[in-house]
Amino acid sequence: MDILITGLLLGGTYALIAVGLNLQYGMVRIMNLANGELIVIGGFAAFWFQTAASVSPLLTVFLVAPVAFALNWLIYTVMLRPLVKRAKSRGQLEVDAILTTFGLSFVAVGVMLAVFGGDYFSYSYLARPVELLGATFGLNRIMAFLGAVVICGALYLWLNHSRPGLSIRAIAVAPQSARLVGIDVQKLSALAFALGGAVTAVGGGLISMFLTLDASTGVMFTLKALIIVIMGGVGDMRGTIVAALALGVLESFVASVLDPGLTLAAAYLLFLLVLLFRPQGLFGRGQA
Amino acid sequence: MKRDAWQDLALGAVLLAVAACLPWFGGSYWLSIGVTIAMYTVLATSWALFSGPTHYISLATTAFFGIGTYTTGLGIDHLPYWVLLPIAGVLGAVLAGLVGLATLRLSGVYFVIFTLGLAELVRQIITWVQNFSGQKGLYVLTDITEADIYWQLLGLAGIVFLGGWAIGRSRLGFALRIIGDDETVARHSGINTARAKVILFMVPGAVAAIAGAILAPRYVYIEPLLAFTPMLSFQVVIMALLGGTGRLWGPLVGVIPFTFLWEAISASFPNQTTLLLGLCFLLIVYLLPKGFVGLIESVRRWAKSREGYA
Amino acid sequence: MRAPNAVLSLRGVTRRFGGLVAVNDMSFDVTEHEVMGLIGPNGSGKSTTLNLISGALAPNAGTISLRGTPLSQLPAQDIARKGVARTFQLVRLLPSMTVLDNVKAGAVFGHRRRWGSEADDHAMAMLEKVGLGRHAFAVPSQLTYIDTKRVELARVLASDPKILLLDEWLAGLNPTELGQGIDLIRALREEGRTIILVEHVMDAIRSLCDACVVMASGTKIAEGTPEAVLSDPEVIRAYLGDDDA
Repeated sequence: MDILITGLLLGGTYALIAVGLNLQYGMVRIMNLANGELIVIGGFAAFWFQTAASVSPLLTVFLVAPVAFALNWLIYTVMLRPLVKRAKSRGQLEVDAILTTFGLSFVAVGVMLAVFGGDYFSYSYLARPVELLGATFGLNRIMAFLGAVVICGALYLWLNHSRPGLSIRAIAVAPQSARLVGIDVQKLSALAFALGGAVTAVGGGLISMFLTLDASTGVMFTLKALIIVIMGGVGDMRGTIVAALALGVLESFVASVLDPGLTLAAAYLLFLLVLLFRPQGLFGRGQA
Repeated sequence: MKRDAWQDLALGAVLLAVAACLPWFGGSYWLSIGVTIAMYTVLATSWALFSGPTHYISLATTAFFGIGTYTTGLGIDHLPYWVLLPIAGVLGAVLAGLVGLATLRLSGVYFVIFTLGLAELVRQIITWVQNFSGQKGLYVLTDITEADIYWQLLGLAGIVFLGGWAIGRSRLGFALRIIGDDETVARHSGINTARAKVILFMVPGAVAAIAGAILAPRYVYIEPLLAFTPMLSFQVVIMALLGGTGRLWGPLVGVIPFTFLWEAISASFPNQTTLLLGLCFLLIVYLLPKGFVGLIESVRRWAKSREGYA
Repeated sequence: MRAPNAVLSLRGVTRRFGGLVAVNDMSFDVTEHEVMGLIGPNGSGKSTTLNLISGALAPNAGTISLRGTPLSQLPAQDIARKGVARTFQLVRLLPSMTVLDNVKAGAVFGHRRRWGSEADDHAMAMLEKVGLGRHAFAVPSQLTYIDTKRVELARVLASDPKILLLDEWLAGLNPTELGQGIDLIRALREEGRTIILVEHVMDAIRSLCDACVVMASGTKIAEGTPEAVLSDPEVIRAYLGDDDA
């Protein structure tokens, strides 16, 4: 039982990261492989404000979000839009986006190594045990989970009920037709990309409350977020959340029953099954 | 046409023979650089054989390489060394085939993600198995010298170039060029696209595994983190793309300068190799989308057109 | 049930997209040396039918067979190898390859497989047949629109198909080009090729087709000679709409 709850708590935070990535990949069609570095940057900001100025990570995220938003907006408009424009085909854009975001990810890691060194960083915040359904959990994990729930909920409502949210979903489904009905595809793509980045960085801030990070852990998060997005279905927020919770549970199960060193292997096995049997994602509709 | 082909082959053989003289003339420093260059030439050229025409970016080099290293590490006490190389090749090819079957039907993003994690997956499994048996690493003690390793890698490079040359002239090579241009046309022309891609992906898989098996004696002590360094995959991608995948010799043009640059950076700023990799990726996308090969060819075209006007 | 000399037979072929039935219970035969027109208003399911025959899509029900060999569940590449070759509604050429190599793709991997100089010669012969011999070493981006269509036709011919599927091959041509295009297809017909034409150009249908199948809303509404079906009141209604529509 406590494995299940630990897993759900972890999965909630994964959901936040993966929702951020899915906004970028599902809506804007840019596979952002620098996603994990954004998490580490978000986590590092939380760490720095907590240790240097004793600012609660839950407050830091309000600073992290707009900064990450602006940064991702810039990345999209300056670096990625020219690629979108020059791409002759979907495949070429895919390759260019993969190489560019890999490049950004390595640059980010390199800069972080140069500025902060290669040490692990962690801090103690709300590390009080809390009793929940007969087992104890860190309060920080529960707070992070609640933060994730609030943000995912808000995002879901925004995408389904606000005008820009609906427009972004229209772009995801049919970019050509969206243009015809008067949607400013360029502006909204940038908006969705920036928003995805902001959500991811906030997720990093929340995760740092209970996980130890270092400059080069980003790629692990990127991998997990990618697996979740594909498992849940590209562009499908509901699927992403379900897949994230499933992955969280699977990981905590493998970590406690088999070996903590095998969590990624387990995630991979799950990924392989998805690729073999449901490549369109858990809730995706079959193509043929 | 025919005569050009023989000229290319002869030129390749001469260059290979010249390169083979290095251990007699260069010192140990140059020999070690030579091993590095030969290794990356083998890896990047075989990588480009698959990824060049298909545009699928494989990050699985490390996984295959590590499997090869472990084949030597585990087998050296039981089997003669010369048997281990083909075994490593077969293991690499089989793994590549399995990965290909699972992912090559799908879009390129899925393939990148899967290969990115493949090395980590294999590493975690090996570490886990080793924890059971209680050993942390393996000793590979042989009397194979650095020069032996160098010659073996050169030999492998020769095979890769010859193989690439033959594939380029075969139906498989032609099929892959069509697939790279338009997969729908390829299918409707009667090409079994999934099979062609899987078969070709087995080539870099086998080659990287053999390279790993050849290099294992150089490491002496093998442990998972060493055999499965994630950087290797990225370095190979960068070198191949930097050189250009449009020509068989393209990756070589990327390998040589990059190796020296990498050596220089890791000697003076060991922490900044990651940054270097990142900048190279961006350089490739924004300035050299077709690599040095593309650059050389456009300069040549430009020179030719000037000649035409003069 | 199948006509004795039928090359291609469709029986009860149905394809659904979600709730929409794009092709509903289609049955027809194409006999040897016949040019058959598959016509109907936009959205009537012609292209989907072609996609089902060529294997781009799989039918939900029904059978498609080539001289009695079932094709319905095969992937596109196997169908192509068995001798069904198609062109695309929006021309698809291989942009990085020369015109000759584009045509060679058909010669090397199609129904009859050739290699080496035999493939080169055959591809060249096909290019000359469509009137493009002098452009063999051009790249597709240098060609005019009708010439790209000719290259695609040559690629299809190079595979020695038992049946050709031409998806609106004449669409988008100007009047001069249209004349040339019709002549080219007529030449193929005189060679005795078996062809299915999906077409909107009525002049072409009248002058080229031996038989027509008319589709509307995914269903076959008429079949017969071009003169007969084009004067059928139901066909006219399908094209022009009901009085009360």
